[in-house]
Amino acid sequence: MRWLRDLLDKQAPMFEKGGKLEKLHPVWEAQDTILFTPGFVTKAGAHIRDALDQKRMMITVVVALGPAMLMAMYNTGYQAHKAIAAGASPVGDWHDAIYTALGMGYDPQNILACFLYGALFFLPVYAVTMAVGGIIEVVFAVIRHDPVTEGFLVTGALFPLILPPLIPLWQVALGIAFAVILGKEVFGGVGYNIFNPALTGRAFLFFAYPAQISGDKVWIAAKGLSADGVSGATALAHASEGGLGQLTSHGFDWMHAFLGLVPGSMGETSALAALLGAGILLLTRVASWQTMVGVTLGTVLMASTLNGIGSETNAFFDVPFWWHMVLGGWAFGMVFMATDPVSSAYTAKGKLLYGLGIGILVVLIRVVNPAYPEGMMLAILFMNMFAPLADHFVLQGNIRRRAKRRVA
Amino acid sequence: MVMQTKDLKVLTDPLFENNPIALQVLGVCSALAVTTKMETAIVMSIALTVVTAFSNMAVSLIRNKVPSSIRIITQLVIIASLVIITDQILKAFLFDISKQLSVFVGLIITNCIVMGRAEGFAMQNPPGRSFLDGIGNGLGYSVVLLSVASIRELFGSGSLFGITLLKPVTEGGWYTPNGLMVLAPGAFFIIGLGIWALRTWKPEQVEED
Repeated sequence: MRWLRDLLDKQAPMFEKGGKLEKLHPVWEAQDTILFTPGFVTKAGAHIRDALDQKRMMITVVVALGPAMLMAMYNTGYQAHKAIAAGASPVGDWHDAIYTALGMGYDPQNILACFLYGALFFLPVYAVTMAVGGIIEVVFAVIRHDPVTEGFLVTGALFPLILPPLIPLWQVALGIAFAVILGKEVFGGVGYNIFNPALTGRAFLFFAYPAQISGDKVWIAAKGLSADGVSGATALAHASEGGLGQLTSHGFDWMHAFLGLVPGSMGETSALAALLGAGILLLTRVASWQTMVGVTLGTVLMASTLNGIGSETNAFFDVPFWWHMVLGGWAFGMVFMATDPVSSAYTAKGKLLYGLGIGILVVLIRVVNPAYPEGMMLAILFMNMFAPLADHFVLQGNIRRRAKRRVA
Repeated sequence: MVMQTKDLKVLTDPLFENNPIALQVLGVCSALAVTTKMETAIVMSIALTVVTAFSNMAVSLIRNKVPSSIRIITQLVIIASLVIITDQILKAFLFDISKQLSVFVGLIITNCIVMGRAEGFAMQNPPGRSFLDGIGNGLGYSVVLLSVASIRELFGSGSLFGITLLKPVTEGGWYTPNGLMVLAPGAFFIIGLGIWALRTWKPEQVEED
């Protein structure tokens, strides 16, 4: 490692103030901190010493995303192979050219084959996200003389996971550009954003190109689906159309949805993978349990209320909360999106309120709004906007209580 | 007659230095509503420019005769009459576009730019200069409207003035229309980015915290 340190140190003067490449200092600093722990030590005064800095926090989230990423690759391949086994045809572009060149066949039982095929769809999306988003991030850092932070690693890991496998790569580039510029940089960069950047990018794609992100045929990486009894619609779309009855008649059962072996956005299908991530985040105390408890409570409350009300025309009213929790992006959104420390509420009670709002809204949007079968994205974005309000109420309550105590 | 530099400034300032939409953030409502197509945006720009110019002139003519307690209602009567005339002319000669613009021509009456210029400029300035100020602010509004509309129509429908430039996939072309551009939030994003660009170009427009 000595030679690497020496190499970096030799370059350093070029990027210091007055150096030739002074303007590109954030770039040099970024590669330096990625390779080595920053060499700064506190110089004076009393400080709180904590091993948890921004770098470690963000990396923990990326690690927690590991199960979801592996599941994303496996399930994308599994869904495609299953559809192909049932009579659909392969996409037939460069994905398949590489795949057949590797000498692999379409077999849903072969775990490695599924994994490999899924990776061929997931990795390009991930690469485009990191490249385009990363470049924009560095350009802003250079213009604003800010350091490049690890925050983007999280956004860049989340974004591909909430996209369908058949999304065109240019849309991925456009979406992440929107996410970084209008979701984050307009507000002043990392830590200042109102909305979760990855979800902002997805919302942009959702409204700009609805056919490629909310259509029936985009969730499975294969062609010619409906002709052979494979509909390609997500479990949520079935539930929204015909409630539990249609779900089971199309072969969805709760365990499959929980494990994530259903069509959907690449990384969101598996509630199990999200829960594994939640375990890591809660053990390391990186994410807040209050938010997660709030979302869960809100969902249980709202779903049970709607179960109680019932509806003649809308079978989705009768879907119980344990189904809501395994369908669509509920688990993934709760664990990784709602808990985003920047865009969620700050106070502990505020987080509970904020989570409760998400839980209630997600069920309400799913069940009552006929236009959107999935509500997690819109519910989280909407509550992002009201997070400061939740904090405001908590603070005011605290002030009132203390004022009363003083009088007494 | 040679135009004085002060008059010229009154005419050109609202374009970029003191744009009614980008700096004063007035009249945004109609800028969101009528900018999905170039056609409607142009007609709306002309209508608003004409109304602002003539209402400014008329208000300025009677500015010394109107008691201050009833000035707003007097201005409103003048503006409303002009808007009704404009609306009737549009209905007579450009019926299709008038139908697309629907209530937004009538809503020029409540457009903050018209009221704002009448109250803020015409009440203190002579008729000629007030007229120029109305034209200038109308042009400032038009610049924003037309640039927003050109972006929205080009990327939202792949055409300009109804002529297809980027052939959409649905008609056998290669371009995937951006649905967000057709929705009102699309205009919000464009106006916001435009203001960002303008304030980067002219940092003196940035407000103090």
